[in-house]
Amino acid sequence: MDAILEILGGLHPEIDFNTCNTLIDDRIIDSFDIVTIVSEISDEFDITIPVEEIVPKNFNSAKALYAMVERLIEE
Amino acid sequence: MQRNVLEYLEHTVHIVPKKVAYANEETGFTFEEVYHRSRAIGTYLSEQGHSKEPIVVFMGKHPRTIVTFYGVIYSGNYYVPIDEEMPRHRIELIFKSLNPKAVICDEETGKLLETFPFEGAVYSYEEMIKTPVKEEVITSIRDKQIDTDPIYIVFTSGSTGIPKGVVACHRSVIDYIESLSEVLQFNENTVFGNQTPLYVDACLKELYPTLKFGATAYLVPKNLFMFPLQLVEFLNEHKINTVCWVVSALTMISAFGALQKEIPKYLHTIAFGSEVFPIKQFNLWRNALPHARFVNLYGPTECTGMSCYFEVNREFALDEMIPIGRPFKNTEIILLDENKRITEPGQTGEICIRGTSLTLGYYKNFEKTNEVFVQNPLNDAYPELIYCTGDLGKYNERGELVFVSRKDNQIKHMGHRIELGEIEIVANMLEEMKSACCIFDNDKKKIVLYYVGDITTAQVATYLKEKLPRYMIPNVIEALGEMPLTSNGKINRVLLKEKYKSRMEK
Repeated sequence: MDAILEILGGLHPEIDFNTCNTLIDDRIIDSFDIVTIVSEISDEFDITIPVEEIVPKNFNSAKALYAMVERLIEE
Repeated sequence: MQRNVLEYLEHTVHIVPKKVAYANEETGFTFEEVYHRSRAIGTYLSEQGHSKEPIVVFMGKHPRTIVTFYGVIYSGNYYVPIDEEMPRHRIELIFKSLNPKAVICDEETGKLLETFPFEGAVYSYEEMIKTPVKEEVITSIRDKQIDTDPIYIVFTSGSTGIPKGVVACHRSVIDYIESLSEVLQFNENTVFGNQTPLYVDACLKELYPTLKFGATAYLVPKNLFMFPLQLVEFLNEHKINTVCWVVSALTMISAFGALQKEIPKYLHTIAFGSEVFPIKQFNLWRNALPHARFVNLYGPTECTGMSCYFEVNREFALDEMIPIGRPFKNTEIILLDENKRITEPGQTGEICIRGTSLTLGYYKNFEKTNEVFVQNPLNDAYPELIYCTGDLGKYNERGELVFVSRKDNQIKHMGHRIELGEIEIVANMLEEMKSACCIFDNDKKKIVLYYVGDITTAQVATYLKEKLPRYMIPNVIEALGEMPLTSNGKINRVLLKEKYKSRMEK
C-alpha cells in the first residue's frame, strides 16, 4: 500500500490519498496520470495490468488500486 | 466565391436538415437546429448592440457551445472560447487582454462567472435561442461582412507568462478547411470522433468540415481518454470512422493493449499530429487497421491549424520519425537560416509559412505579432507576410519535410504548445520562491520543475494548479538547496537535465 501511496503522492503531492476515493469522479487524476500509474505499478509489483482492469472503479482511490494489485498478484 | 464560413451551413441545411450534425453521449443537434439556433443567437447579440467585437463563450464541451460559436459569427462578432477547466488565473488574464463587453454562459458556468470581477453583459444560451430570428438583421450583417473579418480568437502559451490571442478570419479558415478536407477525403459519410477541446484551434478539423459536407461529429467524453476499452467501445457504438487526435490519445489505446481486445472497426481515417508518434505504437495501430489511412499533420495555431501533411505510405524503423511531409495546397514552406536566407538542401532551417492560411496576428499585441509575422525576406518588391514558426525542420533524401526541434524553450506536451518560461514565471510569482527552472524530459514526456525556496512541493503543486492549465502542471516537482548556475550567472539547464537523467537511472 505504501508503494502505491508513494506513486500517487509523486503525481499530486497536495492530495491525501489515504482518504480520497473520488480520484476519477472529481477529475483529480487525468489520462497522463493513468499512464504513469499503470507503468509505475507494473514496474513496482512486476505485474501486467490487463486493459480490462483499466476502468474507473479501479482508479478511484489508492485502496481500489491496491485491491486490484493484490488480485493480479494472486492470479 | 465563398466569403463566409457560415455559407457551409446555409448550403448543407437545405440538403440534410434532419441529419445530426453535432452530438455527445446524451444529445444531438440536427443541421436545422444548428441553423435556427445560431441565427437566433445572431439576432439576439446584434439587437444588444454588439458588433465587430470579441464575445467570450464560457461554456462546457457540448454541442450547444458549437451552436453559440456560429451564433456569434452570425451577429458579426468573433467568438473567444474559454472553458471551465481553465484555471482562474488564466481566465482572468484572458479577460484582461480582451476587456470583453459580453460573455455567453450555460447554466454551470453562469454561476462560476459570478465569482469573477467581470462587469459586462452576461447572456445565457438558453435565453438567447428563444429569440425570434430576424431575417433582415442577419442579412444586413452579412452584407457588410468581408472575408478578412475575424471569426475567433484562441489563446496560446506565451513565454512572458501572458497568453497570446491568435485572431483568425473567414478567409484563412475556408482556405484551411478546403485543403484539409481534400487531403483527408472527408465526405457526407464522415463520422468524426472529436477529442480536442473546443477552446483550441484543433477542433476546427471537425467543426467546419461537418458543416461543409453534412457529416456528423461526436464530442467524445473527456473521461473516456483515460479508459481505453471504453473509448474503443464508444467509437464502435457510434460508428466513428474518422479521428484527428493528438498522438497521446492514440498511444493510450495501443500501449495498454486495447487493440488486441477490441478493434475500432469503423475507423478508416486516422489523422494525428502535434507530437512525435513512437513507431512501436504506430505499428500496433497499423497492424490493427491495415486498410486505414494514417496521416501525420503539422502546423501552428498562427496559420489557422495545420499546414503540412504526410500520408504514411511505408514502413518506418523504430528510431525513425514520421515526416511532416509537404504543405497543403495554397501554402508554401520556406526553410530559413539564421541570416534569413534559404537553407542549402539537407540543411536545417526555421520552418516559415507563406499563404492565405496565415492568421491576422495576436490580439492587441502588435509587438509580438511583428516579431513572428514578418516581411518575406526573399521578397523586396512588395509587402508580403510570412509566419516564422520557431520550429526547425529539414528535407530528407526523399524530399519530405521533417521536424527537427524547437529553436527555443517551447515544448509540445499532450498535444498542447507550452512555453516552459510561462511555467517558470508563474512559479516565481510565489512569494517564498527564490528560483525556479523547468525542464522537459522528452523520452518520458514529463515536465520537471526544480526550485529553491522555503516552501513544500505540495504547496507549490497546489499553487500551480490554481494558476496554470492542467496540461502545464509539472509532472515532477523537486526542491533544491541551490540552483546550479552557468559561469555567466544563468540557470544551468544542461546540468539540471543531467541531474534529472542520472536520478532516473538510479
